[in-house]
Amino acid sequence: METGQLVAALAAGVQSDRVLFREQDTAPYECDGLTMFKAKPKVVVLPETRDEVCHVLKTCKALGVPVVARGAGTGLSGGALPHADGVLLVMAKFSRILEIDEDARIARVEPGVRNLAISEAVSHLDLYYAPDPSSQIACSIGGNIAENSGGVHCLKYGLTVHNVLSVTVALDDGSIVTVGSDALDSAGYDLLALTIGSEGLLAVVLEVTVRLLPKPEEMRVVMAAFDDVTKAGDSVGNIIAAGIIPAGLEMMDGPAVAAVEDFVKAGYPLDAEALLLCEVDGTKEEVADELARVEAILKESGATMLRVATNEEERLLFWKGRKSAFPAVGRISPDYYCMDGTIPRKHLSLVLRRMREMSERYGLRCANVFHAGDGNLHPLILFDANDPDEVKRAEDFGAEILELSVEVGGTITGEHGVGIEKINEMCVQFSSDELTQFHTVKAAFDPTGILNPGKAVPTLNRCAEFGKMHIHHGQMPHPELERF
Amino acid sequence: MALVETLCTRLAAKEPVSVIGGGTKSFLAGRLKDEPVSMQEHSGIINYEPTELVLTAKSGTTLQEIEACLSDARQMLPFEPPRFGVQSTIGGVMASGLSGPRRMHLGSARDCVLGVRLINGLGQHLKFGGEVMKNVAGYDLSRLSVGAYGTLGILTEISVKVLPIPENEQTQVLECSQAEALATLIRIGRRPYPLSAASWIGGALYIRLSGAANGVESAASAIGGETLKTADLFWSGLRDMTATEFNPAGEWLWRISVAPTTPTNTLDAFCFDWAGGQRWLVTQPDDYSPFELAARLGGHATCFARDRESGTGMQPLESGILRLNQRVKEAMDPHGLINRGRLLEEAH
Repeated sequence: METGQLVAALAAGVQSDRVLFREQDTAPYECDGLTMFKAKPKVVVLPETRDEVCHVLKTCKALGVPVVARGAGTGLSGGALPHADGVLLVMAKFSRILEIDEDARIARVEPGVRNLAISEAVSHLDLYYAPDPSSQIACSIGGNIAENSGGVHCLKYGLTVHNVLSVTVALDDGSIVTVGSDALDSAGYDLLALTIGSEGLLAVVLEVTVRLLPKPEEMRVVMAAFDDVTKAGDSVGNIIAAGIIPAGLEMMDGPAVAAVEDFVKAGYPLDAEALLLCEVDGTKEEVADELARVEAILKESGATMLRVATNEEERLLFWKGRKSAFPAVGRISPDYYCMDGTIPRKHLSLVLRRMREMSERYGLRCANVFHAGDGNLHPLILFDANDPDEVKRAEDFGAEILELSVEVGGTITGEHGVGIEKINEMCVQFSSDELTQFHTVKAAFDPTGILNPGKAVPTLNRCAEFGKMHIHHGQMPHPELERF
Repeated sequence: MALVETLCTRLAAKEPVSVIGGGTKSFLAGRLKDEPVSMQEHSGIINYEPTELVLTAKSGTTLQEIEACLSDARQMLPFEPPRFGVQSTIGGVMASGLSGPRRMHLGSARDCVLGVRLINGLGQHLKFGGEVMKNVAGYDLSRLSVGAYGTLGILTEISVKVLPIPENEQTQVLECSQAEALATLIRIGRRPYPLSAASWIGGALYIRLSGAANGVESAASAIGGETLKTADLFWSGLRDMTATEFNPAGEWLWRISVAPTTPTNTLDAFCFDWAGGQRWLVTQPDDYSPFELAARLGGHATCFARDRESGTGMQPLESGILRLNQRVKEAMDPHGLINRGRLLEEAH
């Protein structure tokens, strides 16, 4: 279709200055947080009203033009990568907080509202929104719905799906429905659970109602060093076996600790084979109780060093190290691939051992950061993109890690989403019948397939090669964000 | 695998199939059109590692067996599903999606599901989700199947998140009106107390606190009231709905799900749970007015009467949502073969 024709059809229902089609205007939208994939959209629309969103959808459906919705564009799997023949629907101008109900502890917000802005808006009420993805200062709640975003506190407080009450969406035909409600459950099938994490393939988010939680009275963090990764992994199991669910439980291996300490000077011991950060929160009494028990367990589990942050400043410093792991690794290697598999925690030492073997076999270094509480592993494979052979080896290394994750009963993506990046690996995790079932569910919402086509679920004849997140010369997309 | 294979073969041959678990919740939703097959023989815990906080079981495994196994490791199903009989199976628990008092704090049945295996309407045995806490690969068809009464697929295996049994629990009782109870909960809901249940029944508000001893104690003294000595008995009675109020002779019991802060004078509930989110009331037999009431309040009603003979007892769906429900059903079971009559038929 001619660009001019499409622009004219869109401008019939969208204010003309909100429709961009000149190359210099559309170029800034050519990728999201995963910069290795780029495509210039034919048209970018920045709607400001629901009517405009619905007009775009109706028009595109009638013309058979793909529509890719985009929030803040911080996603790490290319979920908001534009379609070269399609419309990029940028929801950034839907940025109002519509209602805060402190009695009901809910907030009603537009999809372009930033994740952290919700917590900031209710902070004076001693409330907050729990899911805290690392990009929370920039990522939008609409994008969080698309990806079912987590964060470092999700073992205790859950993912987006556990903290959202309802979502109002525009369907492919421009009709508007609300799934979920202010009640804790709704009649009929759980379309809310289906919508959350659907990566923009089922509907476009127009409004979100989130649950708010009372802020914990106190948060304390303890740092523990181990001379053996297995011991560190076992200590996590021991904490949970003792009936404690910490607010945060993070692990780094020796190479990650070394990279971070050199970068941040967080006071991490450089001789550690593994470092654990364990945060407890709640009322003062609860925290004192739990902290004492956690310390005892870590000691019994063979920690070679234990330190409790003595004040808020030190607590934040301990966390800063962990949160700086990605950029820190970016400093010691020209490039790295970040993987996102989740594994049953009991297989941690096996997986780490197998990865060490792979590291030797491929001749590439690998640093590991690990959401130890929930089994989400982020191996960072270090390589040089200027060496084609290294690129090939890094890709194969990454593919083997993801296959290993599936082999031990885990998943190819814990929190970054499939998007375009891991679309081929979906074939490792799911059978043809399972992928076909995903496609029929998609067709139930979007029979002509205009919403974010080519993402999240591969066609059956596509299962070929593995793709990965590629960071060139430490240049993270959105370098201002903490990544962890 | 014999039963699973038989069911796959029958569905692949486009033969209608109905399944039940222990049959303890047959009074809920619509009556099955076809003679059901019980999943009870498809039983057994497949994988349970306490430190992973995950249990996987075949769908015919009884809730009793699962709870006994968890309790040996001092763990529990976080959502306290109601037990209407010892034959109750984990498949039935998930198919109905019901949750008990702890739901307000630790999440619902749907929240705790991590993965399922199911047989779709084409007779294909499929696996979705997994045995890990974080998994965003593919649409969340596991949670979609919770509360679907088996109509989107026959559940054969279920993985759930489990949690430690709290070290300490204490229940405070405050005598007050229902309106006062709700006001109290709105107030203390703003504080980071370790609440694990909050219900009003029989002129008193019951607040359960769970966790570290000192935290429970200090919250209890801040909240006030009397400490209940028979707390376990009280909460299991509420969870399993064995209290006499839930079994009214000659009347119909209704569950109304509304926003927790919905004023108490808008509906004549004899009990609320989930800090106001789940309300219980009774009507005369064949009185379906709770549907209209719930719709007006922005919630939904479910009929819990054991002698209802027609309909699904489920809130009629608004047209846009109904259409999506029908399309999702068609996507999972294109020939409409599984559990005919249980959920959507009446709405067609």
